[in-house]
Amino acid sequence: MGTRKIVIEPVTRVEGHGKVTILLDEAGQVSQARLHIVEFRGFERFIQGRPYWEIPVLVQRLCGICPVSHHLAAAKAMDGIVGVDRLTPTAEKMRRLMHYGQMFQSHALHFFHLVSPDLLFGFDADPLERNVIGVARKYPELAVQGVMMRKYGQEIIKATAGKKIHGTGAIPGGINKNLSIAERDGFLKEIDQMLAWCRTSLTIARDYTLEHLDELADFGSFDSNHVSLVRADGAMDLYHGNLRAIDKDGNRIFDQVDYQGYFKYIAEEVKPWSYMKFPFISSLGPETGWYRVGPLARINACDFIDTPEAEVARKDFLSVTDGQPNNITMAYHWARMVELLHAGEKIRELLHDPDLQGGDLVLKGERRGESVGLIEAPRGTLFHHYKVDENDQVTMANLIVSTTNNNTPMNRAVEGVARKYLSGAEITEGLLNRVEVAIRAYDPCLSCATHAMGRMPLVVELHDAAGRTLDRRVRD
Amino acid sequence: MSDSVTITIDGRNIEARPGQTILEAADAAGIYIPRLCSHPDLKPIGSCRVCTVVVDGRPQAACVKPVMDGMVVQNSTPELLQHRRNIVDMMFVEGNHFCMFCEKSGNCELQAMAYRFGITAPQYPFQFPEKEVDASHPDILLDHNRCIMCARCVRASQELDGKNVFQSIGRGFARKIGVNGERALGDTDMAATDKAADICPVGCIVRKRVGFEKPIGQRLYDTRPIGSDIEEVRA
Repeated sequence: MGTRKIVIEPVTRVEGHGKVTILLDEAGQVSQARLHIVEFRGFERFIQGRPYWEIPVLVQRLCGICPVSHHLAAAKAMDGIVGVDRLTPTAEKMRRLMHYGQMFQSHALHFFHLVSPDLLFGFDADPLERNVIGVARKYPELAVQGVMMRKYGQEIIKATAGKKIHGTGAIPGGINKNLSIAERDGFLKEIDQMLAWCRTSLTIARDYTLEHLDELADFGSFDSNHVSLVRADGAMDLYHGNLRAIDKDGNRIFDQVDYQGYFKYIAEEVKPWSYMKFPFISSLGPETGWYRVGPLARINACDFIDTPEAEVARKDFLSVTDGQPNNITMAYHWARMVELLHAGEKIRELLHDPDLQGGDLVLKGERRGESVGLIEAPRGTLFHHYKVDENDQVTMANLIVSTTNNNTPMNRAVEGVARKYLSGAEITEGLLNRVEVAIRAYDPCLSCATHAMGRMPLVVELHDAAGRTLDRRVRD
Repeated sequence: MSDSVTITIDGRNIEARPGQTILEAADAAGIYIPRLCSHPDLKPIGSCRVCTVVVDGRPQAACVKPVMDGMVVQNSTPELLQHRRNIVDMMFVEGNHFCMFCEKSGNCELQAMAYRFGITAPQYPFQFPEKEVDASHPDILLDHNRCIMCARCVRASQELDGKNVFQSIGRGFARKIGVNGERALGDTDMAATDKAADICPVGCIVRKRVGFEKPIGQRLYDTRPIGSDIEEVRA
C-alpha cells in the first residue's frame, strides 16, 4: 500500500465550512494532518469606500451566529474614529447587555446543539443517533433547555439591537436605544430559570470532563500560550479590557497592553494551503508564538471572575491543574459553561441597573483617522482595525477573527488526534469523528475566520500513492 | 368654471377641485396611488411611472394628469398592480440596493413600496452596475449605488433652494445624477440647510454621521405600510 490521503469534508457540527486532509505514509502512519478553510469572503476589501457609520451594521454580515461580536467590535473601533473614549453609562451597559445576551445564546447553541451529541452518546455512537435530533429524542428536557436558553439570549439581542440577527443598536459613540421597563421586567421574570439551567449545563460539562479526564487529557491536547482581554484589575471582562498573553505555565508574555497598538504584539503569517491566516505573538515568532483564544484562554489568563458563582466555578476548574493554566483541549467545553454562567450572572446584574433606562445615548468627540476595536467574542478575541479618511470613508480594514487566532491550535489538535487514533488503524467513522470532536472543542466559526476563504463542512478522501481517489466521504 | 368636478376611482365617486391632479384628488379622498418621484412640495414630472393609472381606458401618470369632470379612473386592477411591481423590481436590479446595511432601511420609500407590493426577491437579473460614492461634501453623502433617478433632488434644488446643484445627465442605462461642481458635490454650493438634502426617497442623498440613530421599531415604515397615512384620511 502506498501513501494515502484522507479528506474529511465537510467538517460537521461547526459554524461554516472546512475540510481536513490527513496523509498516511506507506506504513499507514499519519505523516501530516491539516484543517483547511475554503470559503472566500473579501469583507476587508469591499468595505473600503463605505462611510464609517455604516460599518458596524455592514460588517456584522460576516456571520449569522455571532454578528453581535462584529457589530460591537466595529462600533468600538468607530467610537475611536468619532473621538469617544468613554461611552455614557447607558450606552456602555446596553452594549454589554447585548454582548452577554450574545455570549449566552452562542455558548448554549454550541453546547446543546453541536457538542452534546458527542458527550451524551459517545464518539463512536451511530451518527444517525449522534446528532441534535437524537438528543431531542433521548434527552427531551435537555434539548428544550438548550432551545429556551438560546431564545432568551436572542430576545436580549432583539431588545438591545432591534432585531435578533443583524440589528443596528450600537452606533459610533453610543447606542440608539435604552431598555424599557417592560422589556426589563420580561427578562427578570425568566432570569432565575436561566441561571438554574446554566448551573445544570456547567455540571454536565464538568462531570463529563472529570469522568473522562484520563482520555481527554491526551485528546488533541498540547501546551500553548493563551491570549485574552482582561480588565485593569485582572478580572475576566468579555466586553472591554487590555491584552494579556501568558505561556503554558501562566508566565506573562505581555500584560495590560492597550489594544490600539495590538499590531506591535501580534503578527500574522499566510500559508499557501489555507485561506485562514496564522497569527502569532511577534516577540516569539511564528514557530513558538502561536496561541489559543476563547473560553479556555480567558479562564487561564484572568486573575478572577467578578461574579460570585462563576468565580467558584473558575476555581473548581483550575483545581484540576493545581491552579496552573489548563492546556487540555477538551476542557474548552467546561470553560465555556463557566462563561455561560458568568454571562447569566452579568445579565441579572445589568437588568437591576437603572442606567439601562437612562436617556444619554450618544457622545461625539474630535474625529480621528485610525482606530482599533477589540472584544472577547464567544469564540475568542476579535480584532477590528480601520482607517477612515477626511471624507468619512474607510480606506483600510484589518480583521483578525476569533477563530483565526485558534488556527494553529486547531491544526495541532487535528494532527494530535489523527496521529493517536488513525495511525496504522482501520479507518472507521468513529475514528474520523474524533478529528471533528477535537475541532468542535474550539467552537470554530469558519465563515468568519476566512478573509481568505472558508468552507467548514468536511469531505474526507482517500488517495493512493499515485494520487488516485480510493474513497470519499462527504457530509454537509 | 365650476368649483368642483366629479371623477370615479375604482368605481367610487370623488369630488375634486379643478386644477388638481388625479393623485392630489385621490390623496384628499383617502385613496392611495403608489408613487416614488412625486413629492407634495415639488412640481410633478411623471418620471417613475409607479403612479400609472388607467384613465378612460388609457394608461396615464396620476401625478401629472389633471382631473376632468366625469373621468373614470382605475387604480387597483391586477394588471396595474403587476406593472407597478415590475417597475419597482427594475429599480432594484438597476442599482445596488443592499437594504441589509443601508442606513435608509425602514425609512426608504423604495423598500417600503416593495414591502407593500409583497416583493420578496427581484424577478429580473441583478445588473450590479459600477456606481460611485461621492463623499466629498462635509455634511452630505451622495451614494449613486442607491439612486432611482426620481430627480426629486434636481427639482428641490431648483424650486425650493433656488440653486442648481443637481442635474440628470447621460442617456438610457448610463443616465445618472450629476452635480454642478468642478468634480464632486463638495465643490458645489450645496448647504446642509438645503431642502434638497432631505428630499431623497432612497439612501442616495443622506446626511452624514447620523445613520442608524433611529432604532429598529421606531422608523417610518417599521409598523405601517407606505401610504397608510393617506388611507387613514378615508377611515
